Amino acid sequence: MQKFLSTNEKKYKSLLITLFILIIVSILISINAGYIKIPLSEVIATLLGNGTPSNELTIFDFRLPRIFMALLVGMGIAISGAILQGISQNPLADPGILGINAGAGFAIVLYMFFFQGTAFFTGWLSIFIMPLAALCGAFLAAFLIYTLSWKNGRVTPTRLLLVGIGINAAFGAGLIIFQMKMEPINFMKAIIWLSGTIWGTNWTFVWTLLLWLVVLIPIAIYKSRVLDVLKLGESIAIAVGANIEKERRFLLFISVALAGACVSVGGGITFLGLIAPHIARRLVGARHAKVLPLTALLGALLLLLADTLGRVIFAPMELPVGIVVSILGAPYFIYLLLKSV
Amino acid sequence: MNTNVEKEPFQNNKHPYISMIIIISGIALLILSVFLSINLGATNQSAQIVWDALFHFDKENSSHVIIRELRLPRAIAAIFVGAALAISGAIMQGMTRNPLASPSIMGVTAGSSFLIAIALAVVPSVTYLGLMMFSFVGAGLGAALVFGITAMAKGGMTTVKLALTGSAITSLLSSLSTAIGIKFNVSKDISYWYAGGVSSVQPQHIMFALPFIIAGIILALVLSRSISVLSLGEEIARGLGQRTGVIRFLGTIAVLLLTGAAVSIAGMIGFVGLVIPHITRFIVGVDYRWIIPCSAVLGGLLLIVADMIGRMINAPFETPVGAITAIIGVPFFLYLARKEGRGL
Repeated sequence: MQKFLSTNEKKYKSLLITLFILIIVSILISINAGYIKIPLSEVIATLLGNGTPSNELTIFDFRLPRIFMALLVGMGIAISGAILQGISQNPLADPGILGINAGAGFAIVLYMFFFQGTAFFTGWLSIFIMPLAALCGAFLAAFLIYTLSWKNGRVTPTRLLLVGIGINAAFGAGLIIFQMKMEPINFMKAIIWLSGTIWGTNWTFVWTLLLWLVVLIPIAIYKSRVLDVLKLGESIAIAVGANIEKERRFLLFISVALAGACVSVGGGITFLGLIAPHIARRLVGARHAKVLPLTALLGALLLLLADTLGRVIFAPMELPVGIVVSILGAPYFIYLLLKSV
Repeated sequence: MNTNVEKEPFQNNKHPYISMIIIISGIALLILSVFLSINLGATNQSAQIVWDALFHFDKENSSHVIIRELRLPRAIAAIFVGAALAISGAIMQGMTRNPLASPSIMGVTAGSSFLIAIALAVVPSVTYLGLMMFSFVGAGLGAALVFGITAMAKGGMTTVKLALTGSAITSLLSSLSTAIGIKFNVSKDISYWYAGGVSSVQPQHIMFALPFIIAGIILALVLSRSISVLSLGEEIARGLGQRTGVIRFLGTIAVLLLTGAAVSIAGMIGFVGLVIPHITRFIVGVDYRWIIPCSAVLGGLLLIVADMIGRMINAPFETPVGAITAIIGVPFFLYLARKEGRGL
């Protein structure tokens, strides 16, 4: 038994290390790829501080912030998805499907519509207005979903999912009304935002999001045993002594806080929150203490790869990362649907 | 004797005269709303002119031309699109016994926008009528994908599975069309094509779509009795000697004809196909021989009224009719969701 556990531990550690190496490799590829191709030797030289000024500008001011942003957003969304799947006891839950993205998107479109994007880049604090609006939208959506699924003193997973789909449609309709009245430039901006694009590419955003995740992800991992219990089902969870409704509400809050923050700088990215946890569960089983860290790394890796792909595939035009993720993720999701009973 | 046995499954049906009242008063209201809808617009036409334009048409009179070429097609399109969506929703719900089945969550609009994107990208000179044909095929593609995948899934067509497959296919197809839109710079054309609703319908567009809708309605009416039996459940239907596979196939054909034509006329209009069959079932009971015609009348009525509201709410700008139906439909969807899909 002891030996069995230790080999499992070893396997888990080697998985984490492999993923870490893969992420480093993708970072190097991503720095290198794009409209301006920078050879690997120059990349390394620039990172070590002996680069040309133009390379330094490209790498430190454009590529690196974006790469770190993609990694952080991927991490946050993946963890958020894993938590949602745990509390809804449904392996198919995802912040995008539940309408949290739509809520954030609606807030963004309202902001763009009423302020015409004027307050975008004036002053230091004002760059936070748009992400803040998105965050509020995400929380509004989550609040609506939770209260509307509340019936007879509890929230059942099926109801949570169905109400989420309804809320998604409601925000979608709201989006149509305002989008059609927008100026063409703002309209395109909104379309690209809604498709999911990593736009907050400066170091201020990177540090802010990092701070946010550093607080929230450890809480999620700390709560992983509660997630394990919730996943066993309502009656078992009650029998084990978990205060289901309270725990569920708290975890939902964590999940929305993660998704909302990531969506606010990464736009409406769907399916990532679905695929990453699923692959992680395939690799290490169902225990959240192991699943969550792996999910975070996988999410970061996948989003970085998707973002790089979207940047390169139609260069110099950019394909929003959310679209790349959806095109790759939806078939996988359908495959899961076909297999799940 | 024989007829008694056949009527047995529908014993808790409400008396047919309720349905008759709905159909007759519904048609009367439809005629009234056609007049109102023609009357309403940037220039209000007097009832006398509307009457003359319809029955004593004068080519030289500009008001008559406006009414004949713009307003009348719009009113007629709204009625037929509403009826088509409502009937296809009713058929889907009856066949799948799934209260959430409806054209809008079946990937229909995403499928059509996918082919529209391809058409605009590959053949930039494509005509409006050509786009309608692409849209028609795309709607069929979307619905066939969602329907097929859900039917293949282990454990059969459950409410949640249908809804999730629908949103996955919708997401996939609309991502693909956004990608095409960005690559070929046609995303704005796509959006405008969809937001139009029934506002820019011309007589020849109706001429293109109407045969499909009428064929779909006739097929639906012919099938209505079998759909009532099928709505009792697969086993019962088989036990009563029905060839369920054939009925499902024909029902799907009817749905494809109706939604394909509706989407190709009016683009994205959600929730009519979801809400109307439920309301109808609540009023007339469980017999699809009455549900289908009543749904058609009520669906047409809902859409023509929604179209008028969309024109009035923020005049002189038009609010997309799809947004109006969503505002009506979402609370209803939430009500159904709270019942967790029971109540069929």
